[in-house]
Amino acid sequence: MSAKPVIFDWRRTPGLPSFTALIVAFLYAPLLVLVIYSFNASRMTTVWSGFSLQWFVQVAHNGDIRGAALNSLIIAVAATIASTAIATAAALALERGVMPFGRGLVTGMIAMPLVVPEIIVAITTLVFFSALGMHYGLLNLIIAHTVFCIPFAVLPIRARLLDMGGTLEEAGRDLYADEWQLFRRITLPLLMPAIGAGAIMAFVVSLDDFLISMMVSSAGSTTLPVYVYGMMRLGVTPEVNAISTILLVVSLVFVTAALLLGRRYQRTA
Amino acid sequence: MERNRTLLLIAPAVLVIGFFMLIPMFIALAYSFLTANPYGGVLPPPTFDAYVQFLFQRDFDDSLVYSPSYIFIILRSVYLAVATTAICLVLGLPVAWYIVCQSEARRRFLLFVITLPFWINTLIRTYCWILILRDEGVANNLLRHLGLIAQPLPLLYNDGSILLGLVYTFLPFMVLPIYSTLERIDPRLIEAAYDLYATRMAVFRRVVWPLAKPGALAGATLVFAPSLGSFLAPDLLGGGKKLLIGSLIQMQFTSSRNWPFGAALSTVVTVAVLLVLVWRTRQTYRRDQRGREQRA
Repeated sequence: MSAKPVIFDWRRTPGLPSFTALIVAFLYAPLLVLVIYSFNASRMTTVWSGFSLQWFVQVAHNGDIRGAALNSLIIAVAATIASTAIATAAALALERGVMPFGRGLVTGMIAMPLVVPEIIVAITTLVFFSALGMHYGLLNLIIAHTVFCIPFAVLPIRARLLDMGGTLEEAGRDLYADEWQLFRRITLPLLMPAIGAGAIMAFVVSLDDFLISMMVSSAGSTTLPVYVYGMMRLGVTPEVNAISTILLVVSLVFVTAALLLGRRYQRTA
Repeated sequence: MERNRTLLLIAPAVLVIGFFMLIPMFIALAYSFLTANPYGGVLPPPTFDAYVQFLFQRDFDDSLVYSPSYIFIILRSVYLAVATTAICLVLGLPVAWYIVCQSEARRRFLLFVITLPFWINTLIRTYCWILILRDEGVANNLLRHLGLIAQPLPLLYNDGSILLGLVYTFLPFMVLPIYSTLERIDPRLIEAAYDLYATRMAVFRRVVWPLAKPGALAGATLVFAPSLGSFLAPDLLGGGKKLLIGSLIQMQFTSSRNWPFGAALSTVVTVAVLLVLVWRTRQTYRRDQRGREQRA
Protein backbone atom coordinates (compact mmCIF):
# COMPACT_ATOMS: atom_id res chain seq x y z
CA MET A 1 0.00 0.00 0.00
CA SER A 2 1.98 2.96 -1.22
CA ALA A 3 -0.89 5.39 -1.68
CA LYS A 4 -0.25 8.48 0.32
CA PRO A 5 -2.85 9.19 2.93
CA VAL A 6 -4.88 12.24 2.07
CA ILE A 7 -3.90 14.96 4.48
CA PHE A 8 -6.48 17.61 4.97
CA ASP A 9 -4.80 20.95 5.40
CA TRP A 10 -7.55 22.93 7.08
CA ARG A 11 -5.50 26.08 6.72
CA ARG A 12 -6.08 26.03 2.98
CA THR A 13 -9.62 26.60 1.81
CA PRO A 14 -9.95 26.68 -1.97
CA GLY A 15 -11.05 30.07 -3.27
CA LEU A 16 -10.38 31.87 -0.04
CA PRO A 17 -7.13 33.58 -1.08
CA SER A 18 -8.75 35.10 -4.15
CA PHE A 19 -11.81 36.12 -2.14
CA THR A 20 -9.61 37.93 0.36
CA ALA A 21 -7.68 39.55 -2.47
CA LEU A 22 -10.96 40.81 -3.92
CA ILE A 23 -11.97 42.31 -0.56
CA VAL A 24 -8.61 44.03 -0.22
CA ALA A 25 -9.02 45.39 -3.75
CA PHE A 26 -12.51 46.57 -2.81
CA LEU A 27 -11.05 48.44 0.16
CA TYR A 28 -8.19 50.08 -1.73
CA ALA A 29 -9.28 50.57 -5.34
CA PRO A 30 -11.54 53.56 -4.58
CA LEU A 31 -8.71 55.30 -2.74
CA LEU A 32 -6.42 54.64 -5.67
CA VAL A 33 -8.97 56.17 -8.06
CA LEU A 34 -9.03 59.32 -5.93
CA VAL A 35 -5.27 59.63 -5.80
CA ILE A 36 -4.94 59.12 -9.57
CA TYR A 37 -7.60 61.72 -10.30
CA SER A 38 -5.95 64.26 -8.06
CA PHE A 39 -2.91 64.24 -10.33
CA ASN A 40 -5.01 64.67 -13.46
CA ALA A 41 -4.12 67.80 -15.46
CA SER A 42 -7.60 68.28 -16.93
CA ARG A 43 -10.17 70.44 -15.17
CA MET A 44 -12.73 68.04 -16.59
CA THR A 45 -12.44 65.38 -13.94
CA THR A 46 -13.72 62.69 -16.28
CA VAL A 47 -10.82 62.15 -18.66
CA TRP A 48 -7.12 61.70 -18.07
CA SER A 49 -5.03 64.35 -19.81
CA GLY A 50 -1.64 64.00 -18.22
CA PHE A 51 0.14 64.22 -14.91
CA SER A 52 0.01 67.52 -13.06
CA LEU A 53 0.56 68.93 -9.61
CA GLN A 54 -1.34 72.13 -10.33
CA TRP A 55 -4.35 71.27 -8.14
CA PHE A 56 -2.11 70.75 -5.14
CA VAL A 57 -0.51 74.14 -5.81
CA GLN A 58 -3.95 75.68 -6.06
CA VAL A 59 -5.03 74.10 -2.77
CA ALA A 60 -1.87 75.34 -1.06
CA HIS A 61 -2.59 78.88 -2.20
CA ASN A 62 -6.22 78.83 -1.04
CA GLY A 63 -6.40 81.01 2.07
CA ASP A 64 -9.69 79.48 3.31
CA ILE A 65 -8.23 75.99 3.15
CA ARG A 66 -5.10 77.12 4.98
CA GLY A 67 -7.22 78.75 7.69
CA ALA A 68 -9.35 75.65 8.10
CA ALA A 69 -6.24 73.47 8.19
CA LEU A 70 -4.77 75.63 10.94
CA ASN A 71 -7.98 75.32 12.96
CA SER A 72 -7.91 71.55 12.52
CA LEU A 73 -4.30 71.42 13.64
CA ILE A 74 -4.87 73.55 16.77
CA ILE A 75 -7.89 71.45 17.76
CA ALA A 76 -6.13 68.16 17.07
CA VAL A 77 -3.02 69.06 19.08
CA ALA A 78 -5.00 70.36 22.06
CA ALA A 79 -7.44 67.42 22.03
CA THR A 80 -4.57 64.94 21.68
CA ILE A 81 -2.72 66.28 24.71
CA ALA A 82 -5.84 66.42 26.87
CA SER A 83 -7.26 63.06 25.82
CA THR A 84 -3.95 61.19 26.06
CA ALA A 85 -3.33 62.46 29.59
CA ILE A 86 -6.85 61.52 30.66
CA ALA A 87 -6.62 58.17 28.89
CA THR A 88 -3.28 57.25 30.47
CA ALA A 89 -4.65 57.91 33.95
CA ALA A 90 -7.82 55.98 33.21
CA ALA A 91 -5.94 53.01 31.76
CA LEU A 92 -3.67 52.86 34.83
CA ALA A 93 -6.68 52.94 37.15
CA LEU A 94 -8.51 50.26 35.18
CA GLU A 95 -5.57 47.87 34.91
CA ARG A 96 -3.61 48.53 38.10
CA GLY A 97 -6.11 50.14 40.44
CA VAL A 98 -8.28 48.80 43.19
CA MET A 99 -11.85 48.93 42.03
CA PRO A 100 -14.17 46.78 44.06
CA PHE A 101 -17.05 47.71 41.78
CA GLY A 102 -17.81 49.76 38.72
CA ARG A 103 -14.96 48.58 36.52
CA GLY A 104 -17.38 47.35 33.87
CA LEU A 105 -19.44 50.50 34.16
CA VAL A 106 -16.44 52.78 33.72
CA THR A 107 -15.15 50.69 30.80
CA GLY A 108 -18.55 50.94 29.16
CA MET A 109 -18.66 54.66 29.77
CA ILE A 110 -15.25 55.21 28.20
CA ALA A 111 -16.29 53.12 25.20
CA MET A 112 -19.48 55.14 24.75
CA PRO A 113 -18.10 57.63 22.23
CA LEU A 114 -17.13 54.62 20.09
CA VAL A 115 -20.51 52.96 20.15
CA VAL A 116 -23.01 55.80 20.13
CA PRO A 117 -23.56 56.88 16.52
CA GLU A 118 -21.61 59.99 15.66
CA ILE A 119 -24.68 62.00 14.75
CA ILE A 120 -26.01 61.53 18.29
CA VAL A 121 -22.75 62.69 19.86
CA ALA A 122 -22.79 65.62 17.46
CA ILE A 123 -26.26 66.89 18.21
CA THR A 124 -26.18 66.23 21.96
CA THR A 125 -22.94 68.21 22.15
CA LEU A 126 -24.50 70.99 20.11
CA VAL A 127 -27.58 71.06 22.36
CA PHE A 128 -25.38 71.02 25.47
CA PHE A 129 -23.24 73.97 24.39
CA SER A 130 -26.28 75.97 23.36
CA ALA A 131 -28.11 75.18 26.63
CA LEU A 132 -25.11 76.44 28.60
CA GLY A 133 -24.69 79.38 26.26
CA MET A 134 -21.13 78.31 25.51
CA HIS A 135 -19.97 79.90 22.28
CA TYR A 136 -16.22 79.81 22.50
CA GLY A 137 -15.47 78.74 18.93
CA LEU A 138 -12.36 76.60 18.92
CA LEU A 139 -12.60 75.75 22.62
CA ASN A 140 -16.01 74.14 22.08
CA LEU A 141 -14.47 71.98 19.36
CA ILE A 142 -11.45 71.10 21.49
CA ILE A 143 -13.74 69.88 24.28
CA ALA A 144 -15.90 67.86 21.89
CA HIS A 145 -12.86 66.29 20.26
CA THR A 146 -11.22 65.44 23.59
CA VAL A 147 -14.30 63.42 24.57
CA PHE A 148 -14.33 61.16 21.53
CA CYS A 149 -10.53 60.86 21.39
CA ILE A 150 -10.31 59.35 24.89
CA PRO A 151 -11.38 55.79 23.98
CA PHE A 152 -8.98 55.68 21.02
CA ALA A 153 -6.08 56.67 23.29
CA VAL A 154 -7.14 54.25 26.05
CA LEU A 155 -7.09 51.20 23.75
CA PRO A 156 -3.33 50.81 23.10
CA ILE A 157 -2.32 51.99 26.59
CA ARG A 158 -4.60 49.53 28.32
CA ALA A 159 -3.54 46.73 26.01
CA ARG A 160 0.10 47.44 26.82
CA LEU A 161 -0.52 47.46 30.57
CA LEU A 162 -2.27 44.13 30.27
CA ASP A 163 0.52 42.76 28.10
CA MET A 164 3.47 43.70 30.27
CA GLY A 165 1.90 42.36 33.43
CA GLY A 166 2.77 43.55 36.91
CA THR A 167 5.93 41.54 37.61
CA LEU A 168 8.41 44.37 37.10
CA GLU A 169 6.33 46.69 39.24
CA GLU A 170 6.16 44.06 41.95
CA ALA A 171 9.93 43.68 41.80
CA GLY A 172 10.25 47.43 42.24
CA ARG A 173 7.87 47.33 45.17
CA ASP A 174 9.94 44.56 46.76
CA LEU A 175 12.94 46.86 46.52
CA TYR A 176 11.09 49.52 48.51
CA ALA A 177 10.25 51.88 45.64
CA ASP A 178 7.37 54.16 46.55
CA GLU A 179 4.38 54.49 44.23
CA TRP A 180 5.75 57.60 42.52
CA GLN A 181 9.18 56.07 41.90
CA LEU A 182 7.46 52.97 40.61
CA PHE A 183 5.52 55.04 38.10
CA ARG A 184 8.41 57.28 37.03
CA ARG A 185 11.10 54.61 36.77
CA ILE A 186 9.21 51.49 35.73
CA THR A 187 5.65 51.91 34.49
CA LEU A 188 5.99 55.11 32.50
CA PRO A 189 9.12 54.16 30.51
CA LEU A 190 7.59 50.79 29.63
CA LEU A 191 4.32 52.45 28.75
CA MET A 192 5.77 55.26 26.65
CA PRO A 193 5.49 53.59 23.20
CA ALA A 194 1.84 52.78 23.89
CA ILE A 195 1.16 56.32 25.06
CA GLY A 196 2.78 57.53 21.85
CA ALA A 197 0.61 55.19 19.78
CA GLY A 198 -2.50 56.32 21.68
CA ALA A 199 -1.62 59.96 21.13
CA ILE A 200 -1.19 59.46 17.39
CA MET A 201 -4.49 57.59 17.17
CA ALA A 202 -6.21 60.45 19.02
CA PHE A 203 -4.55 62.96 16.72
CA VAL A 204 -5.71 61.19 13.56
CA VAL A 205 -9.23 60.69 14.87
CA SER A 206 -9.47 64.36 15.76
CA LEU A 207 -8.03 65.48 12.44
CA ASP A 208 -10.46 63.25 10.53
CA ASP A 209 -13.60 64.08 12.41
CA PHE A 210 -16.28 65.62 10.28
CA LEU A 211 -19.80 65.21 11.64
CA ILE A 212 -19.25 66.42 15.20
CA SER A 213 -17.11 69.30 14.00
CA MET A 214 -19.73 70.31 11.48
CA MET A 215 -22.50 70.49 14.08
CA VAL A 216 -20.39 72.17 16.77
CA SER A 217 -18.31 74.57 14.68
CA SER A 218 -19.43 78.11 14.02
CA ALA A 219 -18.27 80.72 11.57
CA GLY A 220 -14.55 81.20 12.08
CA SER A 221 -13.96 77.79 13.64
CA THR A 222 -14.43 75.71 10.48
CA THR A 223 -12.18 72.66 10.38
CA LEU A 224 -10.64 71.24 7.24
CA PRO A 225 -13.02 68.28 6.79
CA VAL A 226 -16.01 70.60 7.29
CA TYR A 227 -14.63 72.95 4.65
CA VAL A 228 -13.92 70.08 2.27
CA TYR A 229 -17.47 68.78 2.76
CA GLY A 230 -18.75 72.20 1.70
CA MET A 231 -16.63 71.94 -1.45
CA MET A 232 -17.88 68.40 -2.15
CA ARG A 233 -21.49 69.50 -1.96
CA LEU A 234 -20.83 71.87 -4.84
CA GLY A 235 -19.63 69.02 -7.01
CA VAL A 236 -16.62 67.00 -8.06
CA THR A 237 -13.69 69.32 -8.67
CA PRO A 238 -9.96 68.70 -9.03
CA GLU A 239 -9.34 70.83 -5.92
CA VAL A 240 -11.49 68.48 -3.84
CA ASN A 241 -9.54 65.52 -5.22
CA ALA A 242 -6.24 67.17 -4.33
CA ILE A 243 -7.16 68.18 -0.78
CA SER A 244 -8.73 64.76 -0.18
CA THR A 245 -5.54 63.08 -1.31
CA ILE A 246 -3.53 65.26 1.08
CA LEU A 247 -5.80 64.31 4.00
CA LEU A 248 -5.61 60.66 3.00
CA VAL A 249 -1.82 60.64 2.92
CA VAL A 250 -1.57 62.46 6.26
CA SER A 251 -3.83 59.87 7.93
CA LEU A 252 -1.91 56.98 6.37
CA VAL A 253 1.47 58.30 7.48
CA PHE A 254 0.39 58.93 11.06
CA VAL A 255 -1.46 55.65 11.50
CA THR A 256 1.38 53.65 10.04
CA ALA A 257 3.67 55.38 12.54
CA ALA A 258 1.31 54.54 15.41
CA LEU A 259 1.00 50.91 14.37
CA LEU A 260 4.77 50.57 14.01
CA LEU A 261 5.18 52.00 17.50
CA GLY A 262 2.71 49.45 18.74
CA ARG A 263 4.57 46.70 16.96
CA ARG A 264 7.89 47.74 18.49
CA TYR A 265 6.61 47.33 21.98
CA GLN A 266 5.10 43.99 21.12
CA ARG A 267 8.51 42.75 20.06
CA THR A 268 10.29 44.06 23.14
CA ALA A 269 7.65 42.58 25.42
CA MET B 1 -2.36 50.98 44.02
CA GLU B 2 -4.67 52.08 46.76
CA ARG B 3 -8.28 52.99 46.33
CA ASN B 4 -8.07 56.77 46.60
CA ARG B 5 -5.34 56.95 44.00
CA THR B 6 -7.40 54.77 41.66
CA LEU B 7 -10.34 57.08 42.11
CA LEU B 8 -8.17 60.09 41.38
CA LEU B 9 -6.84 58.53 38.19
CA ILE B 10 -10.19 57.44 36.86
CA ALA B 11 -11.95 60.68 37.80
CA PRO B 12 -10.88 62.84 34.82
CA ALA B 13 -12.13 60.33 32.25
CA VAL B 14 -15.40 59.75 34.08
CA LEU B 15 -15.97 63.46 34.63
CA VAL B 16 -15.13 64.53 31.09
CA ILE B 17 -17.22 61.83 29.43
CA GLY B 18 -19.98 62.18 32.00
CA PHE B 19 -20.15 65.94 31.78
CA PHE B 20 -19.73 66.33 28.04
CA MET B 21 -21.47 63.21 26.83
CA LEU B 22 -23.87 61.70 29.37
CA ILE B 23 -25.33 64.95 30.64
CA PRO B 24 -25.77 66.29 27.09
CA MET B 25 -27.80 63.16 26.34
CA PHE B 26 -30.12 63.97 29.20
CA ILE B 27 -30.36 67.59 28.09
CA ALA B 28 -31.28 66.35 24.63
CA LEU B 29 -33.91 64.14 26.26
CA ALA B 30 -35.29 67.19 28.08
CA TYR B 31 -35.25 69.23 24.88
CA SER B 32 -37.36 66.60 23.16
CA PHE B 33 -40.23 67.56 25.49
CA LEU B 34 -40.02 71.29 24.75
CA THR B 35 -41.51 73.46 22.03
CA ALA B 36 -39.57 74.19 18.86
CA ASN B 37 -38.32 77.69 18.34
CA PRO B 38 -38.72 78.42 14.62
CA TYR B 39 -35.44 80.37 14.75
CA GLY B 40 -33.53 77.39 16.14
CA GLY B 41 -33.32 76.21 19.72
CA VAL B 42 -36.29 75.57 21.99
CA LEU B 43 -39.02 77.45 23.85
CA PRO B 44 -40.04 76.54 27.39
CA PRO B 45 -43.63 75.24 27.11
CA PRO B 46 -43.41 71.47 27.65
CA THR B 47 -45.16 69.30 25.08
CA PHE B 48 -45.18 65.83 23.56
CA ASP B 49 -45.34 67.33 20.07
CA ALA B 50 -41.95 65.99 19.10
CA TYR B 51 -43.04 62.41 19.75
CA VAL B 52 -46.48 62.94 18.23
CA GLN B 53 -44.65 64.00 15.09
CA PHE B 54 -43.33 60.48 14.61
CA LEU B 55 -46.80 59.44 13.51
CA PHE B 56 -48.89 62.53 12.92
CA GLN B 57 -48.61 65.78 11.10
CA ARG B 58 -50.27 68.98 12.28
CA ASP B 59 -52.61 70.29 9.60
CA PHE B 60 -53.31 73.95 8.92
CA ASP B 61 -56.36 73.87 11.17
CA ASP B 62 -54.23 72.34 13.95
CA SER B 63 -55.82 68.91 13.62
CA LEU B 64 -53.61 65.82 13.64
CA VAL B 65 -53.35 63.83 10.44
CA TYR B 66 -51.77 60.40 10.38
CA SER B 67 -48.57 60.57 8.37
CA PRO B 68 -46.28 57.58 8.24
CA SER B 69 -43.43 59.28 6.37
CA TYR B 70 -41.11 59.48 9.39
CA ILE B 71 -41.83 55.90 10.36
CA PHE B 72 -40.91 54.93 6.82
CA ILE B 73 -37.60 56.77 7.17
CA ILE B 74 -36.88 54.95 10.42
CA LEU B 75 -37.82 51.58 8.94
CA ARG B 76 -35.67 52.27 5.88
CA SER B 77 -32.73 53.16 8.11
CA VAL B 78 -33.15 49.97 10.13
CA TYR B 79 -33.46 47.95 6.94
CA LEU B 80 -30.32 49.47 5.44
CA ALA B 81 -28.40 49.00 8.71
CA VAL B 82 -29.47 45.35 8.92
CA ALA B 83 -28.55 44.78 5.28
CA THR B 84 -25.17 46.44 5.86
CA THR B 85 -24.54 44.21 8.86
CA ALA B 86 -25.51 41.07 6.94
CA ILE B 87 -23.33 41.90 3.93
CA CYS B 88 -20.39 42.80 6.19
CA LEU B 89 -20.78 39.45 7.95
CA VAL B 90 -20.86 37.50 4.69
CA LEU B 91 -17.79 39.34 3.38
CA GLY B 92 -15.95 39.64 6.68
CA LEU B 93 -16.20 36.12 8.06
CA PRO B 94 -14.23 34.40 5.25
CA VAL B 95 -11.60 37.14 5.35
CA ALA B 96 -11.19 36.78 9.11
CA TRP B 97 -10.88 33.01 8.72
CA TYR B 98 -8.32 33.40 5.95
CA ILE B 99 -6.22 35.69 8.15
CA VAL B 100 -6.40 33.27 11.07
CA CYS B 101 -5.04 30.50 8.84
CA GLN B 102 -1.89 32.45 7.94
CA SER B 103 1.52 32.53 9.55
CA GLU B 104 2.20 35.00 12.36
CA ALA B 105 3.96 37.57 10.16
CA ARG B 106 1.36 37.40 7.40
CA ARG B 107 -1.44 37.71 9.93
CA ARG B 108 0.01 40.92 11.23
CA PHE B 109 0.45 42.30 7.75
CA LEU B 110 -3.08 41.38 6.65
CA LEU B 111 -4.61 42.87 9.79
CA PHE B 112 -2.73 46.06 9.06
CA VAL B 113 -4.06 46.07 5.50
CA ILE B 114 -7.64 45.55 6.65
CA THR B 115 -7.51 48.13 9.46
CA LEU B 116 -5.71 50.88 7.59
CA PRO B 117 -8.72 52.22 5.63
CA PHE B 118 -10.65 52.59 8.88
CA TRP B 119 -8.29 55.39 9.89
CA ILE B 120 -8.86 57.34 6.71
CA ASN B 121 -11.45 60.04 6.90
CA THR B 122 -14.94 58.63 6.23
CA LEU B 123 -15.75 61.79 4.32
CA ILE B 124 -12.98 61.04 1.84
CA ARG B 125 -13.68 57.33 1.67
CA THR B 126 -17.31 58.09 0.84
CA TYR B 127 -16.36 60.73 -1.70
CA CYS B 128 -14.24 58.18 -3.60
CA TRP B 129 -17.42 56.33 -4.51
CA ILE B 130 -18.87 59.46 -6.08
CA LEU B 131 -15.87 59.50 -8.41
CA ILE B 132 -16.58 55.89 -9.31
CA LEU B 133 -20.36 55.80 -9.48
CA ARG B 134 -21.45 59.13 -10.95
CA ASP B 135 -22.67 59.43 -14.54
CA GLU B 136 -19.23 60.45 -15.84
CA GLY B 137 -17.51 58.25 -13.25
CA VAL B 138 -15.02 55.45 -13.57
CA ALA B 139 -17.59 52.66 -13.66
CA ASN B 140 -19.77 54.21 -16.34
CA ASN B 141 -16.76 55.25 -18.42
CA LEU B 142 -15.39 51.74 -18.26
CA LEU B 143 -18.69 50.17 -19.28
CA ARG B 144 -19.01 52.64 -22.14
CA HIS B 145 -15.51 51.90 -23.39
CA LEU B 146 -16.28 48.23 -23.34
CA GLY B 147 -19.34 49.00 -25.42
CA LEU B 148 -21.67 47.44 -22.90
CA ILE B 149 -23.80 50.54 -22.46
CA ALA B 150 -24.62 53.60 -24.54
CA GLN B 151 -26.19 55.71 -21.83
CA PRO B 152 -24.67 56.03 -18.36
CA LEU B 153 -26.33 53.83 -15.77
CA PRO B 154 -27.80 55.66 -12.77
CA LEU B 155 -25.43 54.07 -10.27
CA LEU B 156 -25.40 56.93 -7.78
CA TYR B 157 -28.16 58.29 -5.55
CA ASN B 158 -30.09 55.13 -4.73
CA ASP B 159 -30.33 52.60 -1.91
CA GLY B 160 -27.69 50.47 -3.60
CA SER B 161 -25.08 53.21 -3.54
CA ILE B 162 -25.89 54.03 0.10
CA LEU B 163 -25.53 50.35 0.99
CA LEU B 164 -22.25 50.13 -0.88
CA GLY B 165 -20.91 53.16 0.96
CA LEU B 166 -21.98 51.76 4.33
CA VAL B 167 -20.43 48.34 3.71
CA TYR B 168 -17.27 50.00 2.48
CA THR B 169 -17.05 52.17 5.59
CA PHE B 170 -17.80 49.56 8.22
CA LEU B 171 -16.40 46.28 6.85
CA PRO B 172 -13.21 46.45 9.00
CA PHE B 173 -15.44 46.63 12.11
CA MET B 174 -16.68 43.13 11.29
CA VAL B 175 -13.40 41.49 10.35
CA LEU B 176 -11.46 42.51 13.47
CA PRO B 177 -13.72 41.14 16.24
CA ILE B 178 -14.29 37.87 14.35
CA TYR B 179 -10.56 37.55 13.86
CA SER B 180 -9.79 38.13 17.51
CA THR B 181 -12.16 35.36 18.64
CA LEU B 182 -11.05 32.92 15.96
CA GLU B 183 -7.41 33.62 16.70
CA ARG B 184 -7.77 31.85 20.04
CA ILE B 185 -9.16 28.75 18.38
CA ASP B 186 -7.41 25.52 19.33
CA PRO B 187 -6.23 23.92 16.06
CA ARG B 188 -6.60 20.51 17.66
CA LEU B 189 -10.37 20.97 17.62
CA ILE B 190 -10.34 21.31 13.86
CA GLU B 191 -7.90 18.46 13.38
CA ALA B 192 -10.02 16.27 15.62
CA ALA B 193 -13.06 17.08 13.50
CA TYR B 194 -11.22 16.12 10.30
CA ASP B 195 -9.98 12.94 11.92
CA LEU B 196 -13.58 12.10 12.59
CA TYR B 197 -14.31 12.46 8.87
CA ALA B 198 -16.04 15.81 9.04
CA THR B 199 -16.21 17.57 5.68
CA ARG B 200 -14.91 21.09 5.24
CA MET B 201 -18.48 22.38 5.42
CA ALA B 202 -19.24 20.39 8.55
CA VAL B 203 -16.09 21.64 10.24
CA PHE B 204 -17.09 25.17 9.45
CA ARG B 205 -20.66 24.72 10.63
CA ARG B 206 -19.98 22.67 13.74
CA VAL B 207 -16.57 23.94 14.90
CA VAL B 208 -15.53 27.25 13.38
CA TRP B 209 -18.85 29.06 13.33
CA PRO B 210 -19.78 28.37 16.97
CA LEU B 211 -16.37 29.70 17.99
CA ALA B 212 -16.68 32.72 15.70
CA LYS B 213 -20.16 33.62 16.90
CA PRO B 214 -19.23 35.91 19.82
CA GLY B 215 -16.92 37.83 17.50
CA ALA B 216 -19.58 38.02 14.81
CA LEU B 217 -22.00 39.35 17.41
CA ALA B 218 -19.53 41.99 18.54
CA GLY B 219 -18.87 42.90 14.92
CA ALA B 220 -22.59 43.11 14.20
CA THR B 221 -23.02 45.64 17.02
CA LEU B 222 -20.07 47.66 15.81
CA VAL B 223 -21.45 47.74 12.27
CA PHE B 224 -25.15 48.12 13.04
CA ALA B 225 -24.97 51.05 15.47
CA PRO B 226 -22.96 53.45 13.31
CA SER B 227 -24.79 52.46 10.12
CA LEU B 228 -28.10 53.21 11.79
CA GLY B 229 -27.04 56.75 12.55
CA SER B 230 -24.87 57.26 9.48
CA PHE B 231 -24.96 60.63 7.84
CA LEU B 232 -22.31 60.75 5.14
CA ALA B 233 -23.25 57.74 3.01
CA PRO B 234 -26.93 58.74 2.67
CA ASP B 235 -26.00 62.39 2.27
CA LEU B 236 -23.28 62.08 -0.37
CA LEU B 237 -24.18 58.78 -2.06
CA GLY B 238 -27.94 59.00 -1.58
CA GLY B 239 -27.94 62.58 -2.79
CA GLY B 240 -29.62 63.72 0.43
CA LYS B 241 -32.98 63.11 -1.22
CA LYS B 242 -33.61 59.76 0.38
CA LEU B 243 -33.48 60.48 4.08
CA LEU B 244 -32.23 58.16 6.77
CA ILE B 245 -32.43 58.78 10.50
CA GLY B 246 -28.95 60.28 10.58
CA SER B 247 -29.65 62.88 7.93
CA LEU B 248 -33.16 63.46 9.31
CA ILE B 249 -31.71 64.28 12.74
CA GLN B 250 -29.07 66.52 11.24
CA MET B 251 -31.74 68.37 9.24
CA GLN B 252 -33.75 69.19 12.37
CA PHE B 253 -30.80 71.13 13.72
CA THR B 254 -29.99 72.89 10.47
CA SER B 255 -32.53 73.60 7.74
CA SER B 256 -35.73 72.40 9.45
CA ARG B 257 -34.98 74.10 12.78
CA ASN B 258 -37.03 71.67 14.81
CA TRP B 259 -34.69 70.91 17.69
CA PRO B 260 -37.23 69.02 19.84
CA PHE B 261 -38.04 66.60 17.02
CA GLY B 262 -34.34 66.11 16.33
CA ALA B 263 -33.77 65.52 20.03
CA ALA B 264 -36.66 63.03 20.15
CA LEU B 265 -35.27 61.13 17.18
CA SER B 266 -31.79 60.96 18.68
CA THR B 267 -33.21 59.88 22.03
CA VAL B 268 -34.91 56.95 20.35
CA VAL B 269 -31.72 55.97 18.50
CA THR B 270 -29.61 56.37 21.66
CA VAL B 271 -31.91 54.18 23.72
CA ALA B 272 -31.84 51.50 21.01
CA VAL B 273 -28.06 51.58 20.79
CA LEU B 274 -27.51 51.65 24.56
CA LEU B 275 -29.82 48.66 25.03
CA VAL B 276 -27.73 46.70 22.56
CA LEU B 277 -24.54 47.89 24.29
CA VAL B 278 -25.70 46.92 27.78
CA TRP B 279 -26.79 43.52 26.56
CA ARG B 280 -23.43 43.01 24.87
CA THR B 281 -21.35 44.12 27.87
CA ARG B 282 -23.27 41.76 30.10
CA GLN B 283 -22.65 38.90 27.71
CA THR B 284 -18.90 39.51 27.49
CA TYR B 285 -18.78 39.97 31.25
CA ARG B 286 -20.45 36.61 31.73
CA ARG B 287 -18.08 34.99 29.28
CA ASP B 288 -15.09 36.48 31.11
CA GLN B 289 -16.43 35.20 34.40
CA ARG B 290 -16.86 31.74 32.96
CA GLY B 291 -13.33 31.88 31.57
CA ARG B 292 -11.97 32.91 34.95
CA GLU B 293 -13.82 30.11 36.69
CA GLN B 294 -12.47 27.57 34.23
CA ARG B 295 -8.92 28.82 34.71
CA ALA B 296 -9.26 28.84 38.47
